[in-house]
Amino acid sequence: MTIDDRDEIDALLPLQHAEFHILLALSGGDCHGYGIIQDVEARTNGALRLSPGTLYRTIQRLLEQGLVEEPRKPARPVGKSDPRRRYYRITRLGTAVARAETQRLTELVRLAKHVWRVAESS
Amino acid sequence: MSGLYRLLLHLYPKAFRHEYGEEMTDDFARTTAHAGSLGKAGLLMKAVADVGGNAFVVHWNILRQDLGYTARTWNRGRGFALTAMLVTALGVGANTAAFSVADFVLLRPLPFPDAEAIVRLCEGPREGGGWGCMNQLSPANYRDFKTQNSSLISIGAFGGSSINLVGIGEPRRIAIATVTPELLPVLGVQPIRGRVFGPSDQDRDAVVISYGLWQSQFSGDRDVVGRVVNLDGGVRTIIGVMPRGFYFPARETEMWSALTLEPDDYANRANSYIEAVGRLKPGVTFEQARADLRAIATRLSQQYPDTNAETGISFYRMRENMSPRFRTMLLGLGGASLCLLLLTCANLANLLLARAASRERELAVRAALGAGRERLMRQLITESVAIAVLGGAAGIGVALVCIPLFSSLVPPTLPVANQPALDLRVLAFALLSTAAIGLGFGLFPALRGRRSGFAALRDGARTTGGRTQRVRSVLVTVEVMLSVGLLIVTGLLGRAVWRVQAIAPGFRSEDVLTLQTALPRPKYDDPVRRGQFYEQVLPGVRALPGVQSAGFISGLPIAMPALITGVEVPGQPVRDRRLSGVSHRWITPQYFETMGIPLIRGRDVEITDTAARQWVAVVSASFVARYWPGQDGIGKTFKHLGKERTVVGIVGDVKVRGLERTSEPQLYVPALQCPDGLPPQFDPKALVVRHSGAPDSLMGPIRQIVRAADPEQPISSVRPMDDVVASVTADRRAQLQLLGAFAIVAVLLCGVGIYGLLAYSVAQRSQEIGVRLALGAEPSQVGRMIFADGMRLTLIGIVPGAVGAYFAGRAMQALLFGITPSDPMTFTTAIAAALLMAFAGSVLPVLRAVRVSPTSVLKAE
Repeated sequence: MTIDDRDEIDALLPLQHAEFHILLALSGGDCHGYGIIQDVEARTNGALRLSPGTLYRTIQRLLEQGLVEEPRKPARPVGKSDPRRRYYRITRLGTAVARAETQRLTELVRLAKHVWRVAESS
Repeated sequence: MSGLYRLLLHLYPKAFRHEYGEEMTDDFARTTAHAGSLGKAGLLMKAVADVGGNAFVVHWNILRQDLGYTARTWNRGRGFALTAMLVTALGVGANTAAFSVADFVLLRPLPFPDAEAIVRLCEGPREGGGWGCMNQLSPANYRDFKTQNSSLISIGAFGGSSINLVGIGEPRRIAIATVTPELLPVLGVQPIRGRVFGPSDQDRDAVVISYGLWQSQFSGDRDVVGRVVNLDGGVRTIIGVMPRGFYFPARETEMWSALTLEPDDYANRANSYIEAVGRLKPGVTFEQARADLRAIATRLSQQYPDTNAETGISFYRMRENMSPRFRTMLLGLGGASLCLLLLTCANLANLLLARAASRERELAVRAALGAGRERLMRQLITESVAIAVLGGAAGIGVALVCIPLFSSLVPPTLPVANQPALDLRVLAFALLSTAAIGLGFGLFPALRGRRSGFAALRDGARTTGGRTQRVRSVLVTVEVMLSVGLLIVTGLLGRAVWRVQAIAPGFRSEDVLTLQTALPRPKYDDPVRRGQFYEQVLPGVRALPGVQSAGFISGLPIAMPALITGVEVPGQPVRDRRLSGVSHRWITPQYFETMGIPLIRGRDVEITDTAARQWVAVVSASFVARYWPGQDGIGKTFKHLGKERTVVGIVGDVKVRGLERTSEPQLYVPALQCPDGLPPQFDPKALVVRHSGAPDSLMGPIRQIVRAADPEQPISSVRPMDDVVASVTADRRAQLQLLGAFAIVAVLLCGVGIYGLLAYSVAQRSQEIGVRLALGAEPSQVGRMIFADGMRLTLIGIVPGAVGAYFAGRAMQALLFGITPSDPMTFTTAIAAALLMAFAGSVLPVLRAVRVSPTSVLKAE
C-alpha cells in the first residue's frame, strides 16, 4: 500500500454504520440489495434492519467512492444467484477501507477498555 | 402496495429512481410479502418516512455537488457572477423598498383595532370638495351630528395645538391634541400605563402622554402616572401613557388633554375649530353613513341658514386622510420599480443565455460523458437560483438602506410612523421577487440547454447560436423599451419639479433664519405683556453682528397655510369666508423687510401702532384687486373680526399656501392691535431673522436674548426659510431622485445588454466577417453592419417605450404641474440619451469587427 493509497483510505474514514455493514456483507461474495438486507439482519441478530431507502442511498455513495462496483456477472454469489437482480461487489479499495475501519474500531475499543480499567482501579 | 411505493419513489431525483427504483420496489415487496394487512399499513408508514428522509439526503447531496461545481465555475469567471448578483440585488432591493412603502401607505390597515371602521368628519362645501378635512367643525354642528346620526357607534372630537413643557430640562414646545372623553376609546387603543380620560369633568387638568415623550422626557419612569408637569404655566397631572406606535391625529402629537365643551362654545355655529372621529356601527357601510350625515347637514343648513347655508360635510375613512398625490406618486414609483425588475430579469436572462451559449460545448461534453439531461438542467437551475438567492439577500440589504430614502413619501397626515419597519410581508415580497428573477432568467438557459444535446459536439467549434441570438435580441429590445420609458417618465417629473421650484414664492427665502417662541396663556393673555416680550427680544436680535433685520409673525407662509378669515368691506356684500376668505397675520415691524416682501405703496406697521391709535392694516396687491379693483387701496377701510381698520400699506403677494396652490389675498395687522380674547394661534410667534454669514453662530446669542426676556420660554422649530420652501417639494424630489436612480441603472443595464449582444455576435460572426473582408469588403462596411444591428434593436425598443411612457405620464398628470405627457423636449432628450447609450454600447464591438484579420480567421478554419 502506497502513501497515496493510505491518504485515500484515511479520507474515507470513519465509515457510516450502514456503509460498514454493507461492506462486511459484500466481503463474503457478490450480493444483491435484498441479500445485503438479510445478511446484515442475520449478522446483527435482527438488531439492524436496513431499509431500502438507506440501503440504496448508501450503495450509490459507495459506488461513487469506488468502494463497491457492479460486476457484469456475479461471482461467488452469496446464496442462490438471481439473474433478474443487480449484484454488487466490494472493490480492493473497499476491502482496504473496511479493514482500516475495523482497525480503527479495534483501537477505539482498546482505548476505551483501558480508560475503564483505570477508572475502576482508582 | 407496490404501486403506492412506486409513487413514493417520485420523491427521489429521476436518475436515482431509474437506477434503483425497480430494486427498491422489489425489496419492499419481499419485505411486505408475509405481513398481514395491519402490518402492511405499518410497513407503508415506515416506508414513507424512509423514502422521504433518504430522498431528502439524496437531493441534498446533489445540491451540494452542484453548489460546489457552481462555486468553481464562478471562480473561473468572477465578473459574471458578481455582475449577475449585483443586478439581482438592485432589482430585488428597489422593488422591496418600493413595495414596503406603498404597502405601508396604501394597503396596510392603520395601527388601530378594526381600523377600517374608523371615519373622520369635518365640515365641507355642499358640493364637491378635495381630500381630507376641508373645514373644521363648530362645536354646535359637532353636537348635532353626534346626537342625530344613526350610523356611528360613537364619535369624539379633537383639536390640535402646541404647548410649552417647562421644568424638565430645557423648556420644550410640544404638539398636543385636546380630545373629548369619547375619542381615545373610539380609536380602540388601550394605554400601556394608567388610563385615558373619564366621561365626567374630573380630568380637566389631566394629560395622557405618548410613548416617545415618556421615554425622552421621563426616561421611561414606571411611576410616571400621577406625576405633575408644568404646561404653559399651568399644572397638569399625567394619568396615562399610550403605547409605542400610537399616533393621533398627527405623528408629532406627544400629549393629549381633555377637551371639555362649555355651553358658551355652542353659541356660535360659525366658530369652527374641532374635528371629529367616529366608528361605524357593525353592518353599516361607509356609503350609508355618508348618506346619513349628509341628510343631517342638509337639515342643519335649512335650520340655520345664516351660518350653515353653504355647509356640507367632508366625511372620509381615516385611511384616506392623505393627498391623492401620494397615491399617484407611490403607484408611479411601484410601476417604475416593476419596470426595473423586468429589466433586471431581461438583463440576467441575457447574461445567462450568452453564458449558456458559450458553455454549450462544455455541457455537450458532460452529456456525452453520461450526465443525464435532467442532471444538467438541474445544475443550470441551481446556478441561477444560487445567484438569485445571494442577490436577493443582498437586495434585502439594499432595501433596508433605501427605505429611509422613501420616508418623505409617507404622508404626514396619516397616523403612522414615518417609515415602515422590515416585516414578514416585506420579506415575503423580497422572496417573491427573488423567485421571479431566479425562475425568469434561470429557466431560459436551462430549457435551451435541454435542446442542445450532441449538436454542439457535431458542429465542432461552431455553436448553434441562431435561436439564442434571436431571443437575446428580443430581450435587448425589451431592455431598451423599459429604460426609454423610465427615462421619459423621470424627465417629465423632473421638468415638473423644476417648474414648481422656479415659482417665485413672493419673498426671498435665502439667508433667513426662522424659529418659534410660542407665548403660553394665560401668562401672556394681555397683548401689552406680549408687546413687552417682542420689545425685549427684537432690539437685541437686531443688534447681533451679521443680523440685518428681524420681525415676528403669527405663522410663516407655506409652513402655516391656515389662518383664513373673512372681512367686511363697506358697500360690498358679505362673502362667505369658506369660499373667499383672506389669509390674516399679526406682525411686528420689519417683517416685510426681513422676508424681502416688496412694499409697493404706503408704509410698514410701526411700533406706535398700538391699540390706542387708529387700527391699521397692510394688505397684499391681490387684496386691493379683489375689494377695490382699479383703485388705490391706501386709506380704504374694512371690518375685520369686528374692528374697523384702515389700509396704510400695500405689499407684494406671497404664496401662503405653498408654491403649487392658489393662495388667498393677504392681510397683515400690527401685533398690538389685537381684539380681546383672540386665541393664542394668532399671536406673532415665528421669529424671522435676515442675516449674513452662518446662521449657526446666531442661535446661541438668540437663545440668551429669549431667556433674558423669559427664562421659561422655549425655542422650537429652528430652521432656515429655504428649508421651509424646500419642504413643499420634498416628496416630489424624493420620488424624482428615486426614479432618477432607477432610470440611470436602467440605462446602464441596457447599455451593457447591447454591448454584450453585439460583442457576442461579432465573436460568433468573425468567420463570416473574415470572409467578407477577404472578398474585398471595406472594414467600414463591416463596422456599419454591426453598428446598424445595435441601432435597429434600439429603434425598435424606443417606439413602444415612448408610447408606454406617454400613457404612464397621462396617468401621473396630477404630478406634472402643467407639463404635457407628450412634452417634446423630454421625449427628444430621453430618446437622444437612449441612442447615445446604444452608441456607447456598440463602440467596442464595432471596433473589434473592423479589426478582424481575414488571414488569421481563415487560417484558423
